[in-house]
Amino acid sequence: MGEKRKIKVLVCKPGLDGHDRGAKVIARALRDAGMEVIYTGLHQTPDMVVQTVLQEDPDAVILSMLSGAHKALCPVIMEKLKENEIDDVLISVGGIIPDEDKPFLEEHGLKGFYGPGTELKTIVEFVKNNLKR
Amino acid sequence: MTEIDESKTLKPTKTERREKFTNLSDIEIKRLYTPGDIKDFNYDIDLGTPGKYPFTRGAYPNMYRGRLWTMRQFAGFGTAAQTNTRFKFLLEHGTTGLSVAFSLHTIYGYEADDDEALGEVGKEGVSIDTLKDMETLFSGIDLSKISTSMTINAPASILLAMYIVTAEKQGHTADKLRGTIQNDILKEYIAQKSWIFPPEPSMRLIIDTIEYCAKYVPQWYTISISGYHIREAGSTAVQELAFTLADGFAYVEAAMKRGLDVDDFAPRLSFFFNSHNNFFEEVCKYRAARRIWAKRLKNKYGAKKVESMRLRFHTQTAGVSLSAQEPENNIARVTIQGLAAVLGGTQSLHTNSFDEALCLPTEKAVKIALRTQQIIAHESGAADTVDPLAGSYYVEWLTNKMEEESEVYFKKIEALGGVIPAIKANFFQKEIASASYKYQREVEARDRTIVGVNDVQLREPCATPLLKIDENVAREQIENLQRLRDQRSNEKVQAKLDALKEAAKGTENLMPYIIDAIREYASIGEVMATLKDVFGVYVEDSIF
Repeated sequence: MGEKRKIKVLVCKPGLDGHDRGAKVIARALRDAGMEVIYTGLHQTPDMVVQTVLQEDPDAVILSMLSGAHKALCPVIMEKLKENEIDDVLISVGGIIPDEDKPFLEEHGLKGFYGPGTELKTIVEFVKNNLKR
Repeated sequence: MTEIDESKTLKPTKTERREKFTNLSDIEIKRLYTPGDIKDFNYDIDLGTPGKYPFTRGAYPNMYRGRLWTMRQFAGFGTAAQTNTRFKFLLEHGTTGLSVAFSLHTIYGYEADDDEALGEVGKEGVSIDTLKDMETLFSGIDLSKISTSMTINAPASILLAMYIVTAEKQGHTADKLRGTIQNDILKEYIAQKSWIFPPEPSMRLIIDTIEYCAKYVPQWYTISISGYHIREAGSTAVQELAFTLADGFAYVEAAMKRGLDVDDFAPRLSFFFNSHNNFFEEVCKYRAARRIWAKRLKNKYGAKKVESMRLRFHTQTAGVSLSAQEPENNIARVTIQGLAAVLGGTQSLHTNSFDEALCLPTEKAVKIALRTQQIIAHESGAADTVDPLAGSYYVEWLTNKMEEESEVYFKKIEALGGVIPAIKANFFQKEIASASYKYQREVEARDRTIVGVNDVQLREPCATPLLKIDENVAREQIENLQRLRDQRSNEKVQAKLDALKEAAKGTENLMPYIIDAIREYASIGEVMATLKDVFGVYVEDSIF
C-alpha cells in the first residue's frame, strides 16, 4: 500500500495515582485521530515504563500524573530511557503540573504539558508536530 | 386539573438558545413542567413526611432547624505533625468534624521507604506508617469529642485499628468513638482504583469491620458507600446514583450472607455523593437516592428498623468541575454545588477550595471554602425549612425520572450476575469511560459552556499562590519510620503478624488480630504485606 505507518502513542500512569479519567480520554482522542494507542494501565514504576517503551517502540509517550510525584518520577524515567539509548521518542506529561516545574522537566528532556482544560485537538496537533522521528 | 398540551411544551421555537436542552445525565429537559408531568403523584407514597419512610423529603423531621449539617473539610498533607496543625486551624475556624486525606503510599499500604512510594510521600494526603504517626496526627485533639472521617479503603481496617488504639491511649474506650471509614472497595474497582486485594477477600475484610463495629464501636459508620469517585471518574449523575446504590445493595447482601441481621448493621452504613454544577439534577439525585434505598431495604431485605431504611450522606463538591483557568470563578461554582447539597438534605458537607485544579489547597482558599458553607447556613435561608423544593413539578418529575433510570441500571447489573461479576466484565469502567469522553467532546464542541474555559479567547497568566509540599517530608517520614523500627520490639511485631497470617487463612474475624499487631507498632506496610501473602493482589484490565 505504501502508506505511512500510523503514529504510535503510549499513554502511561506512573506512580500510585489512580486518577485515570484524563489518561483514558486522551487515549480515545488519539485513537479517534487515527493513531495507534497503547494504555499501560495504573501503577507503573519507571522500570515498567521503560520496558514497555522498549517492547512497543512508540513514537510518543504521554505520562499522566496528578499526584504531585512528577518531579521525583520524571527524571528517573528519562534517565532510564537514556541508559537504554532511547532518544527519538517524544515524552510529554498530562495532569497537574505547576508552571514553575515545567523548566525543570524540560531540562530533563520532556516536551509538552497538558494541564486541566487543554483541548484534545491541541494534544493531537502537538503530538503530530513534535515527533522526533 | 387543567389539561396540558404536552406537544406545546416540548416543541422548540426559533427564539430559544438551543434546539435541545439536556442535563449532565443526558436527560432532555422540557421548556415547562406542569401537573401533567407528575400525573400519578401521591404525596404520602412518593414523598411522605420528612424523617419517615420513604424519606424523600429528608432523613430527619426537622433537618437543619435542629442541627446544621456537619461542616467537614477534607484535609491532609505532609507529615502527621503538619496535618495536626491544619486540623487545629480548621477547628479554630468552626469546622465541626475532621476528615483525613491520606498519602498515596498509605492508601496502597506501602511503607514510606518502599520503592513504590517514590515521590508520593505526603503529596496528596498525610503520610501514615504506624500508630506513632496516628498519635501525632490527633495529638491535642480529644477523640471522644470529635467525629473523624477517614478516606481509606483497602487498608481501612488497619487505620480503624490505629484510631481505636490512639483513643485507648487517650483514655477513651471504643464505644465512645464517632466517625467513618470509607471502606468502600467496590467503587475502587469501578472508579477510584486504589484496590489491593481481589474483590472476594476485600469484601471479607469489610464485613469483618462491620461485624466488629456492631459489637465494639457502635457509633462508628463502617462504610461510606461512595458515588463521589464514580462521578469524578466521569460518570453521569444517574450513573453515580445507580452504581453507588448497587454497591450498597452488594454490601447488605454480603453482610446478610455472613449471618448478620440487617437491622444490626444497616443503620451504620452511610453514603457519600458528589455535587456537580447542574443544580436541580443534583438535588433530585439526593432525593431519589433516599427513596430508592428506603424501598429496597424495606421490601427486599426485610429491614424493620426505621434507621436501617434511612439513607444518610456526606457530600463533597465536584473537584472535576473546578477550572485551572480563572480559578476564582470556582468560588461561585462551589457555592451553587454546596447549596444543591443542602437543599438535597446532606448530613455533612465538604466544599472544595478554589485552587484545587492547581495544587493542594492553600490556607486562604480553605478558609473561603468553609466560609461558603457558613454563608449558606446562616445567610441564605436555605436551612430554615425542610426540603423547600418539594412539590415543584420539575423537581418531582426529575426525581422520578432519576429513580426510573437507576432501576434500568439495577436490572442490567443483575443480569450480569451482580456487582462483582459486572466489575470483572468491565461494565462500570466502560460506561464511565464513554460518559467522560462524550462530556469532553461536548465541551470542546462548545455544546456545553464552561465559563472562563471554553468561552473566552484571552487568557491571563495564573497568579494564584500555590501550596508546595516540601521535598523534605519524605526524608523526615522515612527517618521517623526507621527510628521506630529500632525502638519497638520487632520480635513481638513478628509474632502478631504471624498470628494474623494464620487467622487470614481461616474464616475468623481479622479485626482483633490487626489491632494486636498495630498496638505493637507494626506498620501498615507490614500488615498489608502479611495479608497479601494470603489473599494475593488484584490485576485490572487496561481498557479505555
